[in-house]
Amino acid sequence: MAKNRQKRLRYTKRDKREFAVSYSMLAPFLLVFCVFTLIPIFCAVFLSFTSFNMLEFPVFTGWVNYRRLLFEDDVFLIALKNTLIFAVLTGPLSYILAFFFAWLINEMPAKLRVFMTILFYAPSVSGNAYFIWQYMFSNDSYGLVNGLLMSWGIISEPILWFTDPDYNMIIIVIVQLWLSLGVSFLAFIAGLQSVDNTQYEAAAVDGVKNRFQELYYITLPNMKDMLLFGAVMQISGAFSVGDITQALSGGYNSVQYSALTIINHMNDYGTVRYEMGYASAISVVLFLMVYFSKKLIFKILK
Amino acid sequence: MLTGSKKRIKARRHKKVNRSLPTTVVLGLLLFLIGAFMALPLLYAVISAFKPMEEFFLFPPRFFVQNPTTDNFVQMVQIMSSMWVPFERYLFNTVIMSAGSTIVYVIIAVLAAYPLAKHNFPGKKLINNTIVTALMFTASVTSIARYVILALLHMIDTYWALFLPSLSTTLGVFLCIQNLNSFPNEIIESGKLDGAGEYRILMRLVVPNIKPVVATMVIFQFQGVWNQTGGALIYNESLKPIATALSQITSAGIARAGAGSAASLILLIPPILVFVISQSNVIETMVNSGIKD
Repeated sequence: MAKNRQKRLRYTKRDKREFAVSYSMLAPFLLVFCVFTLIPIFCAVFLSFTSFNMLEFPVFTGWVNYRRLLFEDDVFLIALKNTLIFAVLTGPLSYILAFFFAWLINEMPAKLRVFMTILFYAPSVSGNAYFIWQYMFSNDSYGLVNGLLMSWGIISEPILWFTDPDYNMIIIVIVQLWLSLGVSFLAFIAGLQSVDNTQYEAAAVDGVKNRFQELYYITLPNMKDMLLFGAVMQISGAFSVGDITQALSGGYNSVQYSALTIINHMNDYGTVRYEMGYASAISVVLFLMVYFSKKLIFKILK
Repeated sequence: MLTGSKKRIKARRHKKVNRSLPTTVVLGLLLFLIGAFMALPLLYAVISAFKPMEEFFLFPPRFFVQNPTTDNFVQMVQIMSSMWVPFERYLFNTVIMSAGSTIVYVIIAVLAAYPLAKHNFPGKKLINNTIVTALMFTASVTSIARYVILALLHMIDTYWALFLPSLSTTLGVFLCIQNLNSFPNEIIESGKLDGAGEYRILMRLVVPNIKPVVATMVIFQFQGVWNQTGGALIYNESLKPIATALSQITSAGIARAGAGSAASLILLIPPILVFVISQSNVIETMVNSGIKD
């Protein structure tokens, strides 16, 4: 550090010219990044202490939004509960599954491995195709699942999968798991393939007897950086469940708010009611949840 | 460094120690079952796209199609042309947006990643850390304030509202930095000795050697933008992407299951195809995705 500081005092003209080149290369990306990611974060914190309807200038209101959020808005507490359930269920589960699947696939012969990688990753890029689940779990007897269950005599009445609060969470969690392997799954596949084979051979000599011991003693320690990357990617996905609940169960309109998440609640106040101050306070809470769960998970993984 | 990781991947394939046949069979079976679960919904989408209307109303329902037909695609185009704007317009919006965003993003992201990996300048560490931290925050977390900013810039209800925010993703920049970190400095130095400027070195010496990374950035960016809906940012029907039109068809329920599946099939094919073509590049790039904490 001390050495660095000394250097900093003595930038030559040539140094400065080199900095200028570096900054000029950075400038385009840094500009869009600041305007559309960084500034919105600070902007949200600022707006969360105001009342702002997009027409008049924001009015400073102090902690009012937060007080309302935590003590008066019962619907928010439901959304918070649902979001936590989603995050706790789908986050760790899809993280572990992504690793487990990647590991299983890595055990298979090369050709099968490529095919399986594509098969498992395809749902993650299928975007809006999750509505196919809507047809499969359609509320009437024409739906694939209801129809089959009825014809097998397991149920007599069609189940309202996406309307019944007893079922819709479970189905949405399944859909979310189906499409959330994502980038971390690919990182795990790559990580597993790049572990040096000589390490496994050395371990075999040292008495490692089967692939599970191999996984524990060699593979996992070798993949620590990958596992951290995967965690970061999964956390962001797990807390921002919103599009699916909106599309499959109606989000804000779901029965007894049973499929309402913080994202749905935030969008309702933001882009429907234009209570931007309040919506910002919701987003700050979400933001803090993501940030601290990342801290927590990095502590656990290390 | 790329040849290095390739070599390591090959070495892994050669021989595996500590493998018992029964466990391999059990694990293979397990993988097959889970694979079937992953594939089923997508397979059902493909099958439904070719199912005639009356087969959707069979009881008990059948998974497979008996008399495949292309009627659904005809019906889909009919439904879409009876909307305010024709089908081609939605498709055009999505194609232009995806292509434009992908090309511009890859250029600015490589430009930014290069100095962040290879140069020394004040603020480098701060920017690097910020980019890693920003990986955590998906667009939906910052969407409210982003909306306010887009409104301030008078960009709501224009292409810009979707285009510009899509460029601020950090995943591509992050992956590029990670891979450039292990790019040999000697090549860059040799370029300097020849008197080439930094931009020239980047274009002539660096980019040609990181093609898999560039391909990966293309894929991730393309997938993200391709599936974008207009959301609250675009009201004008003629500017909305095709995903919005799709959700309008599917909201009509099972009566339009055929047309909905046909439309979703069309939407599904490009991102999956792009991934299939370049999956080996992606895996090669992801080898360097680890976060050192």
